Amino acid sequence: MIDINIRKTMHTADGEIDLKPELQVQENALLALFGKSGAGKTTILRILAGLETPEAGYIKINGQIWFDSEKKINLTPRFRKVGFVFQDFALFPNMTVRENIEYAAADKKTEAEYIDGMLDFMGLKKLADRRPHQLSGGQKQRTALARAVALKPKILLLDEPMSLLDDEIKESLQNEILEIHRKYNITTILVSHDVSEVFSMAETVCILEDGIIKRQGTPFEVFSGKEENINGKLKITGKLLNLNKKGNAYKAEILAGGQIFTKTISAKEAKEYRAKKNVVLLIDIKDINTIKQLS
Amino acid sequence: MTTYDLEPLFLTFKLSFITSVILIFLGLPMAYWLAFSKKKYKIAIEALVSMPIVLPPSVLGFYLLAAFSPAGAFGGFLDDVFNLKLVFTFEGLIVASVIYSFPFMVQPIQAGFQNLPISLREASFTLGKSAMTTLFKALVPNIKPSLLAGFILSFAHTIGEFGVVLMIGGSMKGETKVASIAIYEEVEALNYGAANFYSAILFFAAFVILILVYAANKKWVKPLN
Repeated sequence: MIDINIRKTMHTADGEIDLKPELQVQENALLALFGKSGAGKTTILRILAGLETPEAGYIKINGQIWFDSEKKINLTPRFRKVGFVFQDFALFPNMTVRENIEYAAADKKTEAEYIDGMLDFMGLKKLADRRPHQLSGGQKQRTALARAVALKPKILLLDEPMSLLDDEIKESLQNEILEIHRKYNITTILVSHDVSEVFSMAETVCILEDGIIKRQGTPFEVFSGKEENINGKLKITGKLLNLNKKGNAYKAEILAGGQIFTKTISAKEAKEYRAKKNVVLLIDIKDINTIKQLS
Repeated sequence: MTTYDLEPLFLTFKLSFITSVILIFLGLPMAYWLAFSKKKYKIAIEALVSMPIVLPPSVLGFYLLAAFSPAGAFGGFLDDVFNLKLVFTFEGLIVASVIYSFPFMVQPIQAGFQNLPISLREASFTLGKSAMTTLFKALVPNIKPSLLAGFILSFAHTIGEFGVVLMIGGSMKGETKVASIAIYEEVEALNYGAANFYSAILFFAAFVILILVYAANKKWVKPLN
């Protein structure tokens, strides 16, 4: 369990913002921090990783204190064991893909097998000897992700991991992050300003506004029926669980972000859904209530 | 054919090489600290490091002479305890050159560190690495051109030393009489041939050194990320 209660004054382009989030994250959860740019999402991640120091408050991870302003405790980033995936990937240019991942391992000899498995799992085996400047955006992101996981971290922090990638790569990467999250059982916090991403991935979402957490719950609870000032289409990627025939139509059950959504679809759509590994639900954000949530 | 004494040239290159090697070890930690420290007094240290760029060499030479003089407290201490004389000796020239060329080593390396994405250093820390491992495994290999530039600039700057050498080294044959001093003395003695000999060699050496720097930079500088 992650328990955060901190305060920090942020100096932004729009003036000072008092960042004072209060947040609890269950072990093995996948939580999304959602908000406009400049709301303090990235700063919260950086504070968790120890890259920035809050003015007051505490951070407790599974009972261990990482930061406590009253007790004057501040664990350095080195000892926090946080897997941080930076927005610019932060791959070391002098190292190959494999060397970047090995750098995170405690002992590259005893963990060679583990690293091989990781390269294979992330589809990086063939690229292992390449240097970062020879990789595409998606490949860099995979390497950064593999490196963060190779640390065997207590928490995985993803700072807008998909913001620099195009849509197609986004979807497959979303999947990989979810698989990593399940396979390695890592508590994951994802910073995002993309509602579709939040729906597709997160079990819980926190809305950060003016430095405080305004709402917290499942994406469905948080976004439905609320004036969030978000317009346009929502693109939720999930896995098709069930398809039940109801007269001429079909009822599809789709798993996305740890929740099951149901949607009534036509026979033609049902055929398309069956053929795909991942189902993409395209709905207008205003019609979110037309999709039922089961769990 | 007239034969010229090669000793001043040899001394010049020896002095430059030793100075640059010492400076790599001193300049790297200082550059790292200047690049990343958030201490308020950093600005004062930064200014102090850069002083030799703007100070007349004779000013620096004068104060070094005063400090190294066996009659003074510091010079006396060195002489009594370590039997080390820094005035009119080759050792003294090395110490003076290290101080005089310090900014030429520090500044390129500092700029190299500052041009790296800040996230590289942070990523290394979050991956559980110490500041030392981060420096030598994740940062230094990515600023090789800056290290080379620092080394060459210090080397070249030491070759060009005159005022400081004259103040604390004098012109002791085989000890402190480097090429730049030899040129001055040959001109004073109206031996233009000898002056031209030393000058031409320094001229071409400087040219070749700079060609090497630019060529190496072109080969080594690869896109980051």
